[in-house]
Amino acid sequence: MMSNLTSTERARAMLITVAGVLIGLTMAAVGRNDPMGAHGWIVLLFCGVLFFLVAQTLYDAEPVEDRSTSYYDDPTKVGILLALFWAVVAMGMGVWVASQLAWPDLRFDAAWSSFGRIRPVHTSGVIFGFGGNALIATSYHIMQRTSRARMPDQVSPWFVLLGFNLFCVVAASGYLMGITQSKEYAEPEWYADLWLVIVWVVYFILYIRTLARRNEPHIYVANWYYLSFILVVAILHIVNNLAVPASFSGAKSYSAFAGVQDAMVQWWYGHNAVAFFLTTGFLGMLYYFLPKRAGRPIYSYRLSILSFWGIVFFYIWVGSHHLHYTALPQWVQTLGVTFSVMLLVPSWASAGNALMTLNGAWHKVRDDATLRFMMVAAVFYGLSTFEGSFMAIRPVNALSHYTDWTVGHVHSGAMGWVAMITFGSIYALTPMLWRRETMYSWKAVEWHFWLALSGTVIYIFAMWNSGITQGLMWRTYTESGTLRFSFVDTLIAMHPYYIARAFGGLLFFAGACICFWNVVMTIRRVPNHAPEADYPTIPEAMEPAVPAAE
Amino acid sequence: MTILAFLIPVTLSMGAIGLGVFFWSLRSNQYDDLSGDAERILFDDDHPLLAASARLSNTTKETAP
Repeated sequence: MMSNLTSTERARAMLITVAGVLIGLTMAAVGRNDPMGAHGWIVLLFCGVLFFLVAQTLYDAEPVEDRSTSYYDDPTKVGILLALFWAVVAMGMGVWVASQLAWPDLRFDAAWSSFGRIRPVHTSGVIFGFGGNALIATSYHIMQRTSRARMPDQVSPWFVLLGFNLFCVVAASGYLMGITQSKEYAEPEWYADLWLVIVWVVYFILYIRTLARRNEPHIYVANWYYLSFILVVAILHIVNNLAVPASFSGAKSYSAFAGVQDAMVQWWYGHNAVAFFLTTGFLGMLYYFLPKRAGRPIYSYRLSILSFWGIVFFYIWVGSHHLHYTALPQWVQTLGVTFSVMLLVPSWASAGNALMTLNGAWHKVRDDATLRFMMVAAVFYGLSTFEGSFMAIRPVNALSHYTDWTVGHVHSGAMGWVAMITFGSIYALTPMLWRRETMYSWKAVEWHFWLALSGTVIYIFAMWNSGITQGLMWRTYTESGTLRFSFVDTLIAMHPYYIARAFGGLLFFAGACICFWNVVMTIRRVPNHAPEADYPTIPEAMEPAVPAAE
Repeated sequence: MTILAFLIPVTLSMGAIGLGVFFWSLRSNQYDDLSGDAERILFDDDHPLLAASARLSNTTKETAP
């Protein structure tokens, strides 16, 4: 892998890792009386290992071939493997967290294993570790292919990918040590947040630079989705994490906002993280890999562009529906409801567009589990966006809020939509990227598909039942006007559903493990496939988009 | 709710950026050949698209992992 770097690039990579080591050392020294010191050592170790990897090859021969005639896929490959690694870790954590709710003794009486600490390891691990790595890896693939151009350099893609993983490691290890700023999906403290800003800006610049080099006049719609994901997440992240560190030698910081103001900023961030991290980026994946795999162009390309601009303009206003019946002004809540309901239009446009693309390719959906993953993802995208708009309506929210229904809704999106489209894309991408004939085992893909689907369905049904039961029990009054059920009564009612939920999660987790195994075996065992042309074109050549003779 | 005096301008300016980019895409003829644009992604790795000279140099190297 290092052999593809020029010596200037190796030197540059070494300088960056040295800077990382120094930052780690400083953090370890300054924060020695605080968990931040432990983070310093982690940063130091991470950058130190990378430093030695690069330094070993510093004087090796430089690559001789003309790099502009091939795509740069090394970071994509590593990104896919990292995504699967995080999937296994974070989904495993999820099974454990779910089991703790059914059987609290599974905490084993340690501080680090308490629910409040390992739950964010699960959520951040899945969203950022699995989802984020998959988004970065597929975006590297798609931006090069659709632009028919190679990435502009070979250091910044590595910087983005590995820098992002350093953020994930610091975040997850921090939760276990009790470092959190208690903002959901934005738990990491100030130094991790600052680091992510740097990584993200480099990511954005890399994307724009690649697009600027494109040999294809049109920017394919998937790129718009990815770009909105990068740009909006950057702004959301910066605004929500505005905080003042209590001291520069410790992890603790205080938010720049307080009370309901802080809650508003948090959910402006929180729901837009769902929108622009968990939706638009993955729609980019859908709009590229689904047509590719089905071998048909998207049903209505015009509609895909319209729904992109619809999502961009509507989504940003809906966050306040998380704060119904709170101190938030009524009109702000109503604004959130209005936009949430309007959002159904571009969401269903995308889901319908994806399904209509499959018209004429349903025999492929039947035979090919990879395409079936993408089809089911589109179905769940449609279902969970409908559910989301519905739950944002105030009277529905009165029943659903603070119950497991919300958890079920999130997982129908995260498992049914985000993870399914990601697995489908990974199965489509792996043979292409490693130049293999096929996946190692198509039966394993089939197994994974059915495990993932049944796990998701069991999970969602368990949480619907549990959530609605819980919501109804909370609002049941006796004739004398007192609450009919105590809190413990609701826990007893929910217990069977919690067991079912843990079981559904276990099935899903097993599927992810099979996927990891299958991808590794594909890389190691499946014979090479003589590649069809898969490299950037040259603008001067004036090649026809469709070859004249086939 | 002073926070709204902050969040609404931030959100509106994000919308304005989006609108600006949208107008740019209109003016730079991004939407002139939508069906061709949708079809073209299907061809990029299935057919050789390089010019003959470039294809010659390409077969001598690369792509072996």
